[in-house]
Amino acid sequence: MEQLLILLIFLPVVGALVTAFTGNAAKHVALVFAVASLALTAVVAGQFVPDASTQFVVNLPWIQDLGIHFHAGIDGISLITVLLTNVLVPIIILASYQHNYKSPAGFFALILFMQAGLLVVFTAMDAFLFYIGWEAALIPIYFICAIWGGKDRIKVNMKFFVYTIAGSLFMLLGIIYLYLQNPAHNFDIQAFYQLHLDPVQQGWIFWSFFIAFAIKMPVFPFHTWQPDTYTEAPAAGTMLLSGIMLKMGIYGVIRWLLPIVPAGVQDWGNTAIILSIIGIVYASLIAFKQRDAKRLVAYSSIAHVGLISAGIFALNTQGLQGAMIQMLSHGVNVIGLFFVLDIIFSRVKTNTIAELGGIAKSAPKLAIAFLIIILGTVALPGTNGFIGEFLLLIGIYQYNIWAVVFAGLTVIFGAVYMFRLYQNIMLGKTNDLTLGFADIKGTEQIVLFIICALIIVLGVYPKPILHLSEASVQQLLEQVNQKLTSVK
Amino acid sequence: MNIIITIVVTALAVLYAGLFKAKKALLPLTLVGLLISLTFAVTAWNSNTVYYGMMEMDNYALAFSSLTILGTIFIFLLTQNYFAKDSENVAEYYTLILFALAGIVIMVSYTNMSMLFIGIEIMSVALYILAGIRKSNFASNEASLKYFLMGAFSTGFLLFGITLVYGATGSFSLHAINQYLVGNYQAVSPLFYPGVILIMVGLCFKIGAAPFHFWTPDVYEGAPSLITAFMSTVVKTAGFAAFLRLFAGTFAPLHDFWMPPLMAIVCITLFIGNVTALFQKNFKRMLAYSSISHAGYLLFSLVTLTANSANNVMVYAAAYTFASIIAFAVLILVKQKTGHDTFESFNGLGKRNPLVALALTIAMLSLAGIPLTAGFIGKYLMFLNVMSQYQVYLVAFAILNALVGFYYYLRVIVAMYFKEGSDIVLETPVQYKVVLVLSVIITIFLGVYPTIILNLI
Repeated sequence: MEQLLILLIFLPVVGALVTAFTGNAAKHVALVFAVASLALTAVVAGQFVPDASTQFVVNLPWIQDLGIHFHAGIDGISLITVLLTNVLVPIIILASYQHNYKSPAGFFALILFMQAGLLVVFTAMDAFLFYIGWEAALIPIYFICAIWGGKDRIKVNMKFFVYTIAGSLFMLLGIIYLYLQNPAHNFDIQAFYQLHLDPVQQGWIFWSFFIAFAIKMPVFPFHTWQPDTYTEAPAAGTMLLSGIMLKMGIYGVIRWLLPIVPAGVQDWGNTAIILSIIGIVYASLIAFKQRDAKRLVAYSSIAHVGLISAGIFALNTQGLQGAMIQMLSHGVNVIGLFFVLDIIFSRVKTNTIAELGGIAKSAPKLAIAFLIIILGTVALPGTNGFIGEFLLLIGIYQYNIWAVVFAGLTVIFGAVYMFRLYQNIMLGKTNDLTLGFADIKGTEQIVLFIICALIIVLGVYPKPILHLSEASVQQLLEQVNQKLTSVK
Repeated sequence: MNIIITIVVTALAVLYAGLFKAKKALLPLTLVGLLISLTFAVTAWNSNTVYYGMMEMDNYALAFSSLTILGTIFIFLLTQNYFAKDSENVAEYYTLILFALAGIVIMVSYTNMSMLFIGIEIMSVALYILAGIRKSNFASNEASLKYFLMGAFSTGFLLFGITLVYGATGSFSLHAINQYLVGNYQAVSPLFYPGVILIMVGLCFKIGAAPFHFWTPDVYEGAPSLITAFMSTVVKTAGFAAFLRLFAGTFAPLHDFWMPPLMAIVCITLFIGNVTALFQKNFKRMLAYSSISHAGYLLFSLVTLTANSANNVMVYAAAYTFASIIAFAVLILVKQKTGHDTFESFNGLGKRNPLVALALTIAMLSLAGIPLTAGFIGKYLMFLNVMSQYQVYLVAFAILNALVGFYYYLRVIVAMYFKEGSDIVLETPVQYKVVLVLSVIITIFLGVYPTIILNLI
């Protein structure tokens, strides 16, 4: 069993090394490896028993003098994020087929390297390993965005890099502190769960971790790097950042923050929820004003992630389960949105909303796909966005009724700016630019078909996914509550 | 002792080979000599030989000797045609570097204050000449003079300190001084304290810690790049080994006395090194300031003395040495081709020189301290050590400085990969490729699997 997880983590590394030497055939090689990873994930998901236990556990001594182990495993929460990663990476690679990136070998190799880093983050049961994965995912995406990005890429990505690395260095400080507190002197997650820290210590640890996670998601007021970075990144980079990478922050909160410092979460969770809700309203209002479609979607992503973050800190089953499914849905939807915008940009070289219009007339297939994705994003019942946002709002409602009033604005605001986006781009009069807009074909069609299918299937029948994580989420909450009562 | 004898004999042999115009034989002869001395160092492991109370080849000395000899071998591999255009008599340069190395081996193995002084002087005198080796170059002359004056000053401080300590204890022997401190812990002679401070100042001059760092940027920039590489890696490592041997061993009972001023020095060094490096336009000068900031991180091991301090310095120095050697090797290649050493001269390098650019990227990531490189393990050990004494604020301060470091180390990566530049193709001789590849392998290997050197000393 344990070989399966090692294979899962290191297959992308092998893929990246092979891809780096394949020249112009890189995209095909990368796709083969990504699909192989997906197949392996399917095997893992098939063998997974949906109870609260950690399965496929690998525990090998790594740097023993420092108490560091290569300790990884998969429980329900990990499985959802692993699924997310390995489903989306092949889609993103396929979505990059239409571009002729310079030095494609490097480009696709970096995507696979990043995939390996992400998988380490999502399966690590050792805090040091988690940190290594956390950084290993950052370096490739920095290069992807800064080499293949737009005009302002250097300045924007420097900001992105310094922001995220600042967060992660303070997280490292927290990890070292926990390691020193741990009498066994190792980084094992179970040992961290057992630590007895007083509420003041927990408060400090909370902030050292939370800032790292909040920058990654991003939660207001740590979001300022995000719109620029999303806008300047190449399409695949934006998709990786928004679809998968920001889930590192959400996953980190669930896996590392809640169970290790529950008293810290109790003391400061309120602040986190307030920040998240401010982010929701603030990002939605700014999204209204955006002239550039890519920026609009970037801000909408801040709003959606704010809702997920608020739902997690509500600390109840509905909130956490909603966050799990919404991670998956948001990943699919946001990738869909950015892909459609990328298709439009590659045809007419602009994403400025005012310059577009009437595309639906000449590209009906694209219009339908875009509509389905937008419906998913605004959480129409029957699409994947609905079940997640519904559960999240119930979770927040149980926490505080006023919180849900403001958090619920995201649904209304989201519908308004998303439909306006659709209307302005797809409907209305065609102009010189959009006249003769070529409809989707080839790989574009395949990618959009997969995304739309996922939106509808997850929306109509989300139970298998919810079922996967349910037991683990329950156990996590019990653990948190138990620890809270023992502190009192 | 075999190590020092081998190095000195090699140096003399090289000098004679130069006399008989056997130019082709110089480099092989040097390398063979160094490899033999490296073999002596490795095979003497665990033997712990003491030489008349003057030197002790314990594992500490052997580990640092091996590291400095290996570093010197790498630097010699980079001498390919480097000095040939400056002078007809290349043998002198080789000999001087070897003499400096002999002094370095004494510096890492002394057990007597007089040997410390002799070691430092053997090394320094050779370096004064090496810094000014380009006789017709103004900057090189300036570097040499500055280095000589500053070095003479610092030696003065050091000697005065040694004298005071001798006055208090009546001995030069480290063992006797330590015994004195342990025996008279409550009543240490008042002469002793200024002695310790003066020795600290003298050694801080040598390792380039702020506020005694003013010579470093000018000397590093003015000296020929290869000599700068030698000074900022091998010589620096030796300086730390000497520092640590004295303070972590002999003066350890007085830790409470000398720790606060050292802590202040660490904070100033980190801050000045990092912040000034941020504003440099010249890659070589940036490396000089970054070497100041690394001196700050290395001094962490003295601020919090634990059983691991020596080993942590070893790991950090190894990580820093190999990353810096890569940086200077690439700098030499770029300077030879473009004639400049500004950041702009690295523009667009990544496109046509994938190997060189990748090596420099990994070196920069290691210096910045990104996981999976040796530099991260080095920094991590330092942070862990300081945190274990619960000096959280010091670590937080160091982390903020590390953050500044990311910014300037990334600049050269930005220039190489993200900026458009002329399509220059660097001429990379085979030796350079060997050094780059080996250094990259060591950097990555120590970053991924550092177990082998974690319990060395």
